[in-house]
Amino acid sequence: MKLHLEKRPQPSRRWVYLSPLLAVVITMLVGGALFAALGKNPVEAIATIFWEPLFGEFAFYYRPQLLVKGAPLILIAIGLSLGFRAGVWNIGAEGQYIIGALSGAAVALAFYPLDTWVVFPLMVLAGALGGWAWGMIPALLKLRFGTNEILVSLMLVYVAEQLLAAMALGPMKNPDGMGFPGSRNLQEYPAAHNADLITGSGLHWGVVAALIAVIAAYILLGRHVLGYQIRLSGEAPRAARFAGVRPGLLTVFCLGTSGALAGLAGMFEVSGPAGQVSIDFNVGYGFTAIIVAFLGRLHPVGIALAGLLMALTYIGGEIAQGNLGLPAAAIQMFQGMLLFFLLAVDVLTNYRLRLSRRPEAV
Amino acid sequence: MDLSSINPILLLASIMAASTPILLAAIGELIVERSGVLNLGVEGMMITGAICGFAIAVSTGSPAIGFVGGALGGAGLSLLFAALTQVALANQVASGLALTLFGLGLSSLLGQGYVGIKPPPTPRLDIPVLGDIPVLGPILFSHDLMVYVALVLVAGVWAILKYSRAGLILRAVGENHDAAHALGYKVVRVRIMAIAFGGACAGLGGAYLSLVRVPQWTEGMTAGIGWIALALVVFASWKAGRVLLGAWLFGGVSVLQLNLQAAGVAIPVEYLSMSPYLITILVLVIMSADKSRAPASLGRIFHASQ
Repeated sequence: MKLHLEKRPQPSRRWVYLSPLLAVVITMLVGGALFAALGKNPVEAIATIFWEPLFGEFAFYYRPQLLVKGAPLILIAIGLSLGFRAGVWNIGAEGQYIIGALSGAAVALAFYPLDTWVVFPLMVLAGALGGWAWGMIPALLKLRFGTNEILVSLMLVYVAEQLLAAMALGPMKNPDGMGFPGSRNLQEYPAAHNADLITGSGLHWGVVAALIAVIAAYILLGRHVLGYQIRLSGEAPRAARFAGVRPGLLTVFCLGTSGALAGLAGMFEVSGPAGQVSIDFNVGYGFTAIIVAFLGRLHPVGIALAGLLMALTYIGGEIAQGNLGLPAAAIQMFQGMLLFFLLAVDVLTNYRLRLSRRPEAV
Repeated sequence: MDLSSINPILLLASIMAASTPILLAAIGELIVERSGVLNLGVEGMMITGAICGFAIAVSTGSPAIGFVGGALGGAGLSLLFAALTQVALANQVASGLALTLFGLGLSSLLGQGYVGIKPPPTPRLDIPVLGDIPVLGPILFSHDLMVYVALVLVAGVWAILKYSRAGLILRAVGENHDAAHALGYKVVRVRIMAIAFGGACAGLGGAYLSLVRVPQWTEGMTAGIGWIALALVVFASWKAGRVLLGAWLFGGVSVLQLNLQAAGVAIPVEYLSMSPYLITILVLVIMSADKSRAPASLGRIFHASQ
């Protein structure tokens, strides 16, 4: 008897939906074992991460956080998913996020202390443009010189991080900050503050933008010829060429869009929850969004759900850190594990497990 | 600014040491890619090797055992990647990214309690006669053992790929896995071994960082070196000798910018720290015109049914 894989003629529709759920369950089990190995009660730890933020004693405080943390993840992941579908691998969203935040903050700081309504729309525009421009660097280099967009977009993350540090310590430093690094706090500048639309709900403009992005991506992929071309070039690149799809144009579109969305996410973060440009402004949303995109099956609705789930692990992780002394790194590893198991379980979508009596063909 | 404070002999000598981690990681990835597998998890394997090597060296007191531990750590993590891509037939790009994200989390988890500790020192081999040669002595013959191990590894990889039957099989699997399979070679087995070798090399490079180069443990200490190693393989057109050249180039850039920082050049430190990454992009731009050298089966999934 031998277990082997048999290719399915068509990907299984059932497993497309089941495999993310199965991956989450396996991650909980293995994660629980990990927490047990760290000397924590596994059931309590898992419950703290997944139950406490939603239904626990302080849920009224944590539920809005779900939107605050989920919005940037969803916004970035929607952009990434377009590229991932077309076989364009932008993994430098973290850098585009930083540059978007810097551009948005630059506009705000330039207008300070002028109090007019134009400041915030201009910041939104600057954030999107900044992220777009940072995303266009790997796109144009790929188009013109054939460079690998994976490596270039990733190198630009490190460049953006250095730029962030330079800005926080130099040009953008708060002149009234008594020498401390970091910019003025935009939360104290009403014209630039990305405040909650309903106080205490966590619903800021970034959440609205994420919602619009989900709907727009849904329409684009399902109803628009560009979305069709994106799907076609990912699933059958040769056929796409014959169908007249211009791969260069798609590269530019996918990297530009995902850059702009990541830039927007950064801008909404710096003007809202974070408040200021500081050295440790970026917390890895750009990388976690990669997990979100895959966990959501590169589908807009799936990404929205996956983004909320991932936000839950962030919040629950923080609670577990405070209450149970679970190290922050354990949560980071937990998130990485999720992507691992998802990719492993995904084999069942395209292949069938078969037991066979005959010896395996050599 | 005082550029005269930079001693050219010490500079060249430190390039040899600075290029070692990236050289180790890149030569491992070269073998992986020549077998037709694109493993983007180098960064994750390196940092796992860095903490495994560090922890084991600290607890045993022996840097040599630490290096072995680092290699095993990297290889162990790479086997996860092998399981995903070779057994579960997952997308290699996504799996590599997963490996890096996972490795970064794993390493910072393992590294708790090792922050701020000094590792046991790795002795320098002061080779008797050769080390006393005026200029060449300090540059070439006064390093620790790992520098030479890395160089021997490069030479070994070059020779195996060029002259041995094993190298021929590896290249066949990388160029056309269907043909190699038809000839009776075990494609999956060859690739798993290549992946494990790549992981061990990356782990060794990471351990060199935490035990010799820095030497201490800090979270995220690889700072993109694993990714630069990936770029280096493209730069080298998948050839062992040119990996060495590339590693010296990048080692040179990073040492030079550190020296400029120390000499107090009137450029903010942050802009100098960008230079290795910008140079990597520049080199990729220059080298990417010629794609013909890439192994033909690179990144493609192999399943015997097809």
